[in-house]
Amino acid sequence: MVTMINAETNAEANAETNAEANAEKNAETNIETNAEKENVLDVVDLKMRFPVRRGLLRRMVAEVKAIDGVSFSIKPGETLGLVGESGCGKTTLGRCIIRLYKPTEGLIMFEGQAISQRGKSELGRFRRRMSMVFQDPYGSLNPRMSSGDIVREPLEIHKLVDNRKEYKERVAELFTMVGLSPDMMDRYPHEFSGGQRQRLSVARALAGDPSLLICDEPISALDVSMQAQVLNLFGELQARKKNLSYLFISHDLLAVQYISQRVAVMYLGRIVELASSADLYSGASHPYSKALLSAQPRPDPFIEETRDRIILEGDVPTPLNPPAGCSFHPRCAYSTARCEKETPELRDVASGHFVACHRV
Amino acid sequence: MSNRLLTVEGLTTEFRTERGVARAVNKVSYNVDEGEIVGIVGESGCGKSVTQLSVMQLIPNPPGRIIAGKVWLDGADLLKYKRDSREMRGVRGARMAMVFQEPMTSLNPAMTIGRQMSEVMTEHLKISKKEARERSIDMLAQVNIPDPGKRADDYPHQMSGGMRQRVMIAMAMLCRPQLIIADEATTALDATIQAQLLELLYSVVEKYRTALVMVTHNLGIVARYANRINVMYAGGIIESGTVKEIWSKPMHPYTQGLLRCVPRLGEKLRPIRGMPPSLINRPGTCPFLARCGERRENCYREPATELTHVEGQHSTACAARLGRW
Repeated sequence: MVTMINAETNAEANAETNAEANAEKNAETNIETNAEKENVLDVVDLKMRFPVRRGLLRRMVAEVKAIDGVSFSIKPGETLGLVGESGCGKTTLGRCIIRLYKPTEGLIMFEGQAISQRGKSELGRFRRRMSMVFQDPYGSLNPRMSSGDIVREPLEIHKLVDNRKEYKERVAELFTMVGLSPDMMDRYPHEFSGGQRQRLSVARALAGDPSLLICDEPISALDVSMQAQVLNLFGELQARKKNLSYLFISHDLLAVQYISQRVAVMYLGRIVELASSADLYSGASHPYSKALLSAQPRPDPFIEETRDRIILEGDVPTPLNPPAGCSFHPRCAYSTARCEKETPELRDVASGHFVACHRV
Repeated sequence: MSNRLLTVEGLTTEFRTERGVARAVNKVSYNVDEGEIVGIVGESGCGKSVTQLSVMQLIPNPPGRIIAGKVWLDGADLLKYKRDSREMRGVRGARMAMVFQEPMTSLNPAMTIGRQMSEVMTEHLKISKKEARERSIDMLAQVNIPDPGKRADDYPHQMSGGMRQRVMIAMAMLCRPQLIIADEATTALDATIQAQLLELLYSVVEKYRTALVMVTHNLGIVARYANRINVMYAGGIIESGTVKEIWSKPMHPYTQGLLRCVPRLGEKLRPIRGMPPSLINRPGTCPFLARCGERRENCYREPATELTHVEGQHSTACAARLGRW
């Protein structure tokens, strides 16, 4: 009897999810036709919530709103920088876009197709056209595979070449492209330095000839001189492959400024400002962006001598229980009664300069 | 006129490894005046942290050993004291304190903040437990911990990363040391919290005229706060001077390369090619030789040059730049 009830409820639940999935699919196709075809990536009102489970029965006691309504797009050949402090959702956003996570709500359009709700089996083709470079060049490479095999694996998975000779040629080509000598193909990751390992990750990411590379803090684990080498590599690759786009996630504002055409600033799961790199760095409008830019010490004593800094009070609030209204208001020097109640929308304030603040 | 507080001379530290003896610190000499802020910059593995741990005699032995050199703190010859002697314990924490990168691993997770702080004082100063607690709470208030009386009963895990690092600064200041060594103290923190903490650290050392040694790979931090900097490469100091001397006229090719590695808008990055050398079986020639864009024939033949005075407070260890060849 008990099993029967279970079966029934399961069937019901299945029917429900199917209906939901169908509705979503329909919605996706509707928007698909409307979306701008020329963008490589469009993200529309994306939301990602993680359940917090406690106790023996793992009941859901709360929800973390890691991403709370994010929209932006990336054009072919463009680099979009994404900055913010830890816990702001920038890594989660990157992982949703490449569909390591299934977003709770919202739409991700990649090369003109909606991929936000697709199942694993339907994602294969997109995984080739979009790849990721991770922060930790030690943890993200299999230590038991030779560097050549690491780069060859995606070629094999996506069946991009037919015979051994072709494999070897293609891997050698990728090695050269990222500035590694093809002689190193038989070496294992531990024989490489941090900078070389990150080059290897980039070679692997490029194997499927992607149009979008999601770089999640790709230089944070490297030394200053290696950071410069890898940053230059990203620039060179884009110069060579004109339509390669980057989503460059980092907390290093100087590196992001250097490499990006446009920059988005995230705070507690939302984009608070999005503008061209030049506009943002010369005239940030959101109080948080201003503070973030101000917090970064400029490596020049002659500038630092006269530069005033905005020092924010307090810590970043937890996304588990974000402040009501504008989530930045408890730390903001200009907050008013309105900021405590009403969440500001991201609005275009000056042709392509978007800000989410009531004051602007 | 300020007085000399710390003098380090010819400090050399070696580690025994499976592949041979690695000389992590090689004949390092520098000094710190009372109330001065000195930056030590360099990339990972250059020996900047090991130098500071050697000064504090916190090098684990084995495998590490200080094999030569002198360290004077306010006239006292510290290396004469054994690592775990009563004298050295009296110096560490009381006259010289260190703030590390990772507050979570430097704090005892099973003890309240207040007790850990009181322990430092009852160890070094002759004061009662009650007095120690009062001073701890007062110090927590000075580093802007809200509601310090209540927070003193918190365990480290109940605090945020930024707050824990503020506790570390409070703890370092408890016995009013003459010197604080901050080893990448704000590296693990977010940009806005990092700025908050650096300003706090700066205001605290200003207030008590404590000397500060900032060990960091972040050139921005030393540019803002330090009076003088020492640039380290492969275990040695290769250039030193006031911050302005170094930035306006860097002499050593490595220093120049390091400054060029910082992204600036509109300028192409010119990274230093290659990688730092192994510290095992060092050849004795200039350690930067393999990566240097301005090496001469003599650089291959002659032994590495020692840090040599140029003008003002500026010194460099590049023989070519010193006009030797």
